[in-house]
Amino acid sequence: MTDRDQVLAKVKALIEPFNKKGAEVTEATRFAQDLEWDSLTVLDFVANIEDEFDIVITMNQQAEIENVGQLVDAVGQLQG
Amino acid sequence: MSDLFSKFDPLIQQRETLLSTGITDPFNLVMESVESPTVAICNGRRTILLGTYNYMGMTFDPDVVQAGKDALDQFGSGTTGSRVLNGTYQGHKECEAALREFYAMDHAMVFSTGYQANLGIISTVAGKDDYIILDIDSHASIYDGCALGNAQIVPFRHNDIEALEKRLKRLPAEAGKLVVLEGVYSMLGDVAPLDKMVKVAKDHGAMVLVDEAHSMGFIGENGRGVAEAQGVIDQVDFIIGTFSKSVGTVGGFCVSNHPKFEILRLVCRPYVFTASLPPSVVATAATSIRKLMHGSNKRAHLWENSKRLHGGLKKLGFTLGTDEPQSAIIAVIMPDLEKGAAMWEALLHEGLYVNLARPPATPANMTLLRCSLCAEHSAEQVEEILGMFEAAGRSTGCIG
Repeated sequence: MTDRDQVLAKVKALIEPFNKKGAEVTEATRFAQDLEWDSLTVLDFVANIEDEFDIVITMNQQAEIENVGQLVDAVGQLQG
Repeated sequence: MSDLFSKFDPLIQQRETLLSTGITDPFNLVMESVESPTVAICNGRRTILLGTYNYMGMTFDPDVVQAGKDALDQFGSGTTGSRVLNGTYQGHKECEAALREFYAMDHAMVFSTGYQANLGIISTVAGKDDYIILDIDSHASIYDGCALGNAQIVPFRHNDIEALEKRLKRLPAEAGKLVVLEGVYSMLGDVAPLDKMVKVAKDHGAMVLVDEAHSMGFIGENGRGVAEAQGVIDQVDFIIGTFSKSVGTVGGFCVSNHPKFEILRLVCRPYVFTASLPPSVVATAATSIRKLMHGSNKRAHLWENSKRLHGGLKKLGFTLGTDEPQSAIIAVIMPDLEKGAAMWEALLHEGLYVNLARPPATPANMTLLRCSLCAEHSAEQVEEILGMFEAAGRSTGCIG
């Protein structure tokens, strides 16, 4: 697996506990529209992502992230 | 043409559904006359006020009222100007002097509202490459201060010391950082562990701003707030406060010991580009602040009221926002908005006003009946209030 594939696999695993609808998760899956997450769910999920990859995703950056693929890209960049 | 108002349709629909049940609109109450800090006439009925933030009951204090009348006579009804142009009168300087004395700090800056104080200080102090690390349950004025500025915003879970520390550790060591906390969080009335959080912030080189809007005058030996009560006020860089709660009028402020603080008067847009407070308002505020310095007996009575109401409501079977009373705010958690609105109306019929709070103002989508006590509530009034909660709770089925 490439580094990006590994990040994607970890992100998907971290989505699962919050995937109440059991929706199929792809890179195109959108957090607000498809997973229907509210702001508190987003906070908890982002905290888990931050802990897993030892990064901080600011609210400014979160505003630019709509779907799973964009999050994987952002994690890759933030890990530097 | 698309209607710019269509984005409000879901809210309009929710309101119509609620009001179609014939319930009194909880967000449209009119106080027809006000008798005292604790009693007003609403819908022709004498009503005990339990949702005013008038913690120290200063609104009808004879000295405070007289100071306002005198200032109206001597200085007129308004300043019609910005603080940096023609809007600084003797009264504004005296008000800032009273604040410096109250907090024993070097600098004080008075804004036209508490909202503008947060808006101004937060947006001005933290620049583009700086980080603001804030509690997720922060007040709207703090979030709006972040939105007005262009710093990087990092939220952490409410009152979670470890979550704060983790984020501070991950940020670049050399970056400017402002940790924003509140002494009392107004929705549930819970207090922040400032003693630990301020230390964590300082250990990681951050400046600290604490909003003490709901603790001024009441919490701490001198009423300086939670930072004083927990022994860390000396390490707090900026305290934000308001005149619209314990002080009993309107206005906001920031106090600080920062040696360069005064420059903010020239660069802080919500301070510069608005009219200053009317002379009567700063006169009432200054008088009230000076009286609050000697308010220890009232503080003790307010604690008694808070403890009695908290214990009584708990015994009746209501679910409360905190296990123990931590402030003058007692939040009663309602199962949903419909039940909350029904209970709110039943209390109003009993002759009691509380705040109905609902999302997005509340954490975790909760509907709350928020009670804020006043030092002028008598012990008898608190018993009366408990009787009203019991009757309304039973008639709406909120308690068994």
